[in-house]
Amino acid sequence: MAHDTGHNESATKRIWSVFGILSIVTIAEVILGIIRPEFLIETMFLRMRLLNWIFIILTLYKAYLITWAFMHMEHEAKGLRRAVVWTGIFLVCYLIFILLTEGDYIFGVYHNEYQSWDF
Amino acid sequence: MDATAVRTGTEGKTWGGDSHPLKASYGKMMMWFFILSDALTFSAFLAAYGFSRFKYMDEWPIADEVFTHFPFLHGVDAPMYYVALMTFILIFSSVTMVLAVDAGHRMKKSSVIWYMFFTIIGGIIFVGSQAWEWANFISGEYGAVETKAGRILQFVNAEGEQVALESFAADLPTERVMLTKSDALWYESDATLPDFYLEEIVEGFKANPDLLIRTELLNESNEKTILSRAESLERLERDAIGVVQGANLIHNEYGPPLFADFFFFITGFHGFHVLSGVIINIIIFINVILGTYERRGNYEMVEKVGLYWHFVDLVWVFVFTFFYLV
Repeated sequence: MAHDTGHNESATKRIWSVFGILSIVTIAEVILGIIRPEFLIETMFLRMRLLNWIFIILTLYKAYLITWAFMHMEHEAKGLRRAVVWTGIFLVCYLIFILLTEGDYIFGVYHNEYQSWDF
Repeated sequence: MDATAVRTGTEGKTWGGDSHPLKASYGKMMMWFFILSDALTFSAFLAAYGFSRFKYMDEWPIADEVFTHFPFLHGVDAPMYYVALMTFILIFSSVTMVLAVDAGHRMKKSSVIWYMFFTIIGGIIFVGSQAWEWANFISGEYGAVETKAGRILQFVNAEGEQVALESFAADLPTERVMLTKSDALWYESDATLPDFYLEEIVEGFKANPDLLIRTELLNESNEKTILSRAESLERLERDAIGVVQGANLIHNEYGPPLFADFFFFITGFHGFHVLSGVIINIIIFINVILGTYERRGNYEMVEKVGLYWHFVDLVWVFVFTFFYLV
């Protein structure tokens, strides 16, 4: 289509380098998931274990690479990119915020034994 | 009749019509917006999973203890290795897909055929692996006892390793026979009877003094709480109401039934996407072989199905994190 034949070599190279990065990140995640280093589990940051923060950030990085490189979002027009990505990110953040806040509240209700949960 | 159109002074601007602000074909643009809506559906499922997990924050199962199987390595404790392999297969099939799209841009029909072939094979292996993962989860591994409150009590030895029910259950005489539809009324039958009765488990537990009970509750270092022998006996006598082996939508030997519900629903919905992706890929694959896109002059259909296929991979990246890692 719009692609000229000149930069095809670099396109293939980019695909393989992205695959390399995705593999390394996945292997790192699995190793961390099996070892579960003590200090990463015990250190809390913003009420969540540091290990979980690492997993989530690495996941977002992988998602970015897949969308930008494999789905060619980097070559799309700015309008299309923003319409898809910003809408998604805004709504997902909102949903996560309200649901996790509510879940945490219910946990508190059970935990403080206003309601007996284990009888 | 006079033209009713009002001149606004914006005719030369991008949105004045007759231009293509998104610079994408109709099909590709709509595929993007379909993916956006599907992504929101999956986020809703995963956020609901997060809600339940926050609600049961101190008693959620530890994934490393649930998914420990690897094909042909029976009895070997291999936490997450197989899921990691599945993840690789899916990422690699994404790579062959993007290579097929790339070959399509260069109008190389035979390369497109081969890359799509590998993509389809990868997808089929992934769906099969997921079915295997389900089968293991449904049949369970150690078995557990359920309490009145619907909590799960698991059995561990002195080293804190989980012990299977069949290794200690006492063999008591029983006259209970499973009722089938052919026995009495045609519309009445039992659910499948468990391999053991609660009495057998309790007797066996009393006879083995080094057995302890592990509750669902997580302690500060994120491990399940193990009760003392006296507490274990008391808990078993007072609260236990039944035996659970494996997991379904109502009972789950690994922890809260909600864990099993979300596991079946989210990985099932994702597996359904992989399956439909494979089917759409096969349709496009046949069209490539028939030369449909060669005649059309472009391989944009490959690009569109490629977008869907990458999206399936993208969702799996999140499912992998939230079910198996976090």
